[in-house]
Amino acid sequence: MSTGPGPLAAGSMPARVELAGSGRRLTPLFRLAIAAATVVVTLLLFAVTPMQGRVDFVIFAIGLFAVLQTAISFATEGRRFALDRLLALFVHLALLAALIPLLAVIAYTVISGVKKLDLQFLTHNLTGIGPLDTNGGEYHAIIGTLEQVLITIVISVPLGLLVSIYITEYGRGALASSIRFVVDVMTGIPSIVAGLFIYAFLVLGLHQGYSGFAAALSLTILMLPVVVRSSEEMIKLVPDELREAAFALGVPKWKTILRVVLPTASAGITTGVMIAVARVTGETAPLLLTSFVSPATNFSALHGKQTAIPTFIFDQAGQGQEITYDRAWAAALTLIVIVLVLYAGARLLTRRNSLARR
Amino acid sequence: MTSTPASTVDRPPISGGNRHLGDRVFHGLTRGAGIVVLVIIVAIGVFLIQKAIPAISQDTTNFLTTKQWEPDNVPAVFGIAATAFGTLLSSVIALVIAGPIAIGIALYISEYAPRRLAKPVGYLVDLLAAVPSVVYGLWGLKFLVPYSGKFQQFLGDHLGWIPLFNLGKNGVVGRSVLIASLVLAIMILPIIAAITREIFLQVPQANREAALALGATKLEMIRYAVLPYSRSGITGALMLGLGRALGETIAIALVLSLAPTTTFHIIDANLGGNTIAANIAAQYQAAEPLGQKALIASGLVLFIITFAVNGLARYVVARGGRRAAAI
Repeated sequence: MSTGPGPLAAGSMPARVELAGSGRRLTPLFRLAIAAATVVVTLLLFAVTPMQGRVDFVIFAIGLFAVLQTAISFATEGRRFALDRLLALFVHLALLAALIPLLAVIAYTVISGVKKLDLQFLTHNLTGIGPLDTNGGEYHAIIGTLEQVLITIVISVPLGLLVSIYITEYGRGALASSIRFVVDVMTGIPSIVAGLFIYAFLVLGLHQGYSGFAAALSLTILMLPVVVRSSEEMIKLVPDELREAAFALGVPKWKTILRVVLPTASAGITTGVMIAVARVTGETAPLLLTSFVSPATNFSALHGKQTAIPTFIFDQAGQGQEITYDRAWAAALTLIVIVLVLYAGARLLTRRNSLARR
Repeated sequence: MTSTPASTVDRPPISGGNRHLGDRVFHGLTRGAGIVVLVIIVAIGVFLIQKAIPAISQDTTNFLTTKQWEPDNVPAVFGIAATAFGTLLSSVIALVIAGPIAIGIALYISEYAPRRLAKPVGYLVDLLAAVPSVVYGLWGLKFLVPYSGKFQQFLGDHLGWIPLFNLGKNGVVGRSVLIASLVLAIMILPIIAAITREIFLQVPQANREAALALGATKLEMIRYAVLPYSRSGITGALMLGLGRALGETIAIALVLSLAPTTTFHIIDANLGGNTIAANIAAQYQAAEPLGQKALIASGLVLFIITFAVNGLARYVVARGGRRAAAI
């Protein structure tokens, strides 16, 4: 610690003489008793008054517990500990507030999705299927997503890698720092703007019309900065000793980068790429503007409308029929499975990544 | 040493000043890739502006203050007042909901969680970012909207005297701005939590121990040893979350009942609301040439807003990081 005006400088910390251990404290058993009392009181209230509902019960009980514990703690332990307990409660509730939606989204998607998700759904498209027909499926959307995401990977991974190599290994001065700044800015571009750009440039400007390729270009704008940033982080972690050892052996710089630096960072780079792929696979907004939707299977990414899984979901949900919602949920389930598999794969790779462990 | 002397400043050339042909080619290749990135961002700006200017000049009303969006009418009447208002309103509400929760989660991971749990919990929260926005939209529409009806009615009945929760005479609960903001809040939680968590973890352990040794409770330790380090980092994280919320399209387009209003009555689904991004997704298909250009003009506005918010956020985070590293 320096002696300068750091965060713990004199004056910022109130003078206190009492120690954390002194005085009476609430025992865990006593807190359990408060919790039990809360549940009993809430049960009574719900029996006597018109209050009802399981969710209401839980919310009311948590609120009552917070009030009771704070009051009792205030009276016995004093203000400092009462507030401390309140923060601890808040922090745990915050965690719940994040995990409940996560669980709710995944569970509800699985429950609603399995209704329609079968072999028939995976192997048929929507040609000649009206909003009220019960058959039809997402085969064309799977083909579309596969092609579009593959093209996106083929463009943005090599390009992104080269950019990150330039930033970390070669770049100095204004050009490198402006590239770094632009990559930062690009990570924040709204996906609809990326779509709008390709729409203005390719679809309207060059009169190319909708195509899977246009969609892949808009996805590239979204994926490129993510690849650059994650690869940059990983390449920075490669110890300089490795580079110096290669230089000492007379290996030229480009060969050092390709044969020493990149292989060392490869696990981390692959993780970053997989997470980036997971993210663009679920993108919808730019695809609406670039590849749109079509009921037929279109194997050519270069010509014509091409449905992808996200646009399939949006389109079906937009038609607002019972059966189209079922189709949307089934496609949402396939999409979530694809994305979660990619995430899980990325996590497994991280475990093997010796660089990231530090 | 020709065009790029700077590149060898800290790594002396190997073979006596003669750089390999391979080195020059590879260097040129990586630099070219970097320049492509610059070209892309410039092209985005140029194309959006190029299409936006003719649209705005054909607008018979003020582009910034008009609420209606009827660019294909004769005369053309359109403006971004309603959509820009809705974008800001829904994003700010989302930030107000998500901010404290995300900071709470980050505190849990860095200060409260048992060592074994900290990492898995972090992964779980990150998973929230993995769910595609169209799935959030579908879930918001089919799960959150129907199941939140009672809650929204409760707000309207008991807190209706606050303008924000006013339901009015014909008010209907359902696909309201509040629910759209709630979905947005869930979507921006993980990014705020992840950045804040990293910043909390950068605080030297010695500071925490010093505070605890002085008899501080955990709250006091966090307040006097952790937060002073992290203030600018948290601000930056919140702004990055805001930037994410401003640009979200599909979830809003699915959840919100779109209407050109500028109202603060966020639970009244009859009044509805709209955002720039959702408006583009909803309108572009039926738009005629002027309408298409008008939408591109609104996209340009969105681009500028998010550009400013994200640029500022990056600056604040970077400054905070430097200060933390300097101490």
